[in-house]
Amino acid sequence: MASKSVSVPHRLRWPLGYTAVAVLVFLAYYYVIPNLGPDAQTFFRNWLPLTSVNEALVWVICALGLNIVVGYAGLLDLGFVAFWAIGGYVAGWLMSGKFYDVNFNFLGGASGPGIHISFWLVLIVGGAFCALWGVIIGAPTLRLKSDYLALVTLGFGEIIPQVFLNGDNIGGFNLTNGAQGITPVDPIAIGSTKLGPFDLVWKYLIFVGIAALVVFITLRLREGRLGRAWLAIREDELAASMMGVPLMRTKLAAYAVGAVAGGLGGVAFATHVNGVLPDRFNFSISITLLAMVVLGGMGNVWGVILGALVLAWINSTGLPQFGTSFNDQFGTNVNFPSYNFLLFGGILVLMMLFRREGILPESRTRLILKEPSRTDMESLHADMEEAAPELDEDLEPVIAADGTGEKA
Amino acid sequence: MSGANGVTETREPMLELDEIHVYYGNIAAVKGLSLTVYPGEIVTLIGSNGAGKSTTLRAISGLLPVRRGTVTFQGRKLNGVADHEVVRRGIAHSPEGRRIFPKMTVDENLDMGAFLRKDKEGIAEDREMILELFPRLRERISQKAGTMSGGEQQMLAVGRAMMARPQLLLLDEPSMGLAPVLVDVIFETIVRIREQGTTVLLVEQNALAALEVADRAYVLESGSLKLHGPADELAEDQEIVSAYLGG
Repeated sequence: MASKSVSVPHRLRWPLGYTAVAVLVFLAYYYVIPNLGPDAQTFFRNWLPLTSVNEALVWVICALGLNIVVGYAGLLDLGFVAFWAIGGYVAGWLMSGKFYDVNFNFLGGASGPGIHISFWLVLIVGGAFCALWGVIIGAPTLRLKSDYLALVTLGFGEIIPQVFLNGDNIGGFNLTNGAQGITPVDPIAIGSTKLGPFDLVWKYLIFVGIAALVVFITLRLREGRLGRAWLAIREDELAASMMGVPLMRTKLAAYAVGAVAGGLGGVAFATHVNGVLPDRFNFSISITLLAMVVLGGMGNVWGVILGALVLAWINSTGLPQFGTSFNDQFGTNVNFPSYNFLLFGGILVLMMLFRREGILPESRTRLILKEPSRTDMESLHADMEEAAPELDEDLEPVIAADGTGEKA
Repeated sequence: MSGANGVTETREPMLELDEIHVYYGNIAAVKGLSLTVYPGEIVTLIGSNGAGKSTTLRAISGLLPVRRGTVTFQGRKLNGVADHEVVRRGIAHSPEGRRIFPKMTVDENLDMGAFLRKDKEGIAEDREMILELFPRLRERISQKAGTMSGGEQQMLAVGRAMMARPQLLLLDEPSMGLAPVLVDVIFETIVRIREQGTTVLLVEQNALAALEVADRAYVLESGSLKLHGPADELAEDQEIVSAYLGG
């Protein structure tokens, strides 16, 4: 609670730390690794390629969004992939030659037929569009109690990718190109420079920046009125409502803000893989995101970031690479990446058994697990034990003050 | 403490229930109840388990719909007003079972009570007033509320409701599950809350204690009004004492 007397102001502590880590990683990939010996370079290319870092950052952005819904407001969402997909398709529509009969270019990363709008604007549009969809999906669903809400979000997570998959003929209009998806998506343009497929370090910087923005927004919201309202709803919905918290509006806000992060992640992902493909947006993404939030520490931004980085890395690089090494070593032919959910499931079970609060738990949860809430009987007993001697002395002055009509 | 009936009834009522009916599904829990609360009063609703006392409070604060009849608060109809709006109108409800936020600190809980208020100075003032009222809460100000004893949690629930600076405070079974020493403290505090200008509508199973602090009482029986009158008279009524007070 009481902050230690460090010369760095409290407010600047995380931005400085975050920037320091981000810059160190940047320098490592920009200067250090290219100048290492060939063996070390191969090691990094195999075990920690920059693409996997970039992809992990997309996961971080989306997981932070889901954390607002699940970790802050306590609403179980099993269909978060919907927002990732919507963000992706916004990028597909506004940054490609998809609508070739429209010719619109605004600071875009490519020219020619189609709509080519600047990546930065598309980020804003994607975020806003997802917020809108968050409200549209949320408004009818958020009235439901938590278990039913989980089921309905699960449904929406399935429906939206299906809409994209089958959206190549909506009354004769081809909105999504169906199973082919939309490729390629324009490169990111910074002024007149365009980031090509090998400018991964710069993309890294951009993704780190987007993640920082989401962290900033998340932390600011948490400290404010809305954050307290979310927390109250998570703890006791009815009591929160009795304090004057408008339940629907507050839950919708959680949904919409979370969706914005999902949209930003979706747009970033589209530029990362240079396209949008409908079969990428499946249920396993929602589940992986949820695992990241739970594993890292629900409600704690840093825990969620850690969880997202670790799981994304295991998924994209760690497991395949381990498999390759293992198979080379023992001459086996095991398809390790196909066991990723077995591994995740195992990790989750172990976490629930031994560290329910996550790797880096929220301080609230940590405290309450250390000193759990009392049961009714326990608290009655505590009253008898603790209060009795003290109250015998206290009671007299209370009664005396009563007569004088003391006012505060 | 209380005047005779004639004295109180010349004032404008603060809260008026007119023949209200409240249902859980198809089951009528309150059938045609009418009651009046005047400003500055402590009014208590007593009666046995399932008589409809808590249901009445829930209907007033918008947690349950009123199917027939009207609820009027300070001249405005309260029917159909959402629960979070009722707080804004000046009614705070300290619910049955306390329902504090267990993972929040005492301070944060009090803060939540003032959720709708924007007057920082007034909030600080009220916070100080509540900590005067409940010194135990000051000792535990940064403790997680869920780790406190039942009595402390009850104090917090009442204090939290007071943080809304309500004109009318609805208290649902504030003595339930408390050690006897703490019951006295809670009832003393109710008197002091009224002295600070807040009107109190109190639901209690501990009818004897409730009649001691209240000005007037309404006795409910299976959802309907059995009788009402000045609290001190009811406390002396042999029939009431034997039927409801376990005397």
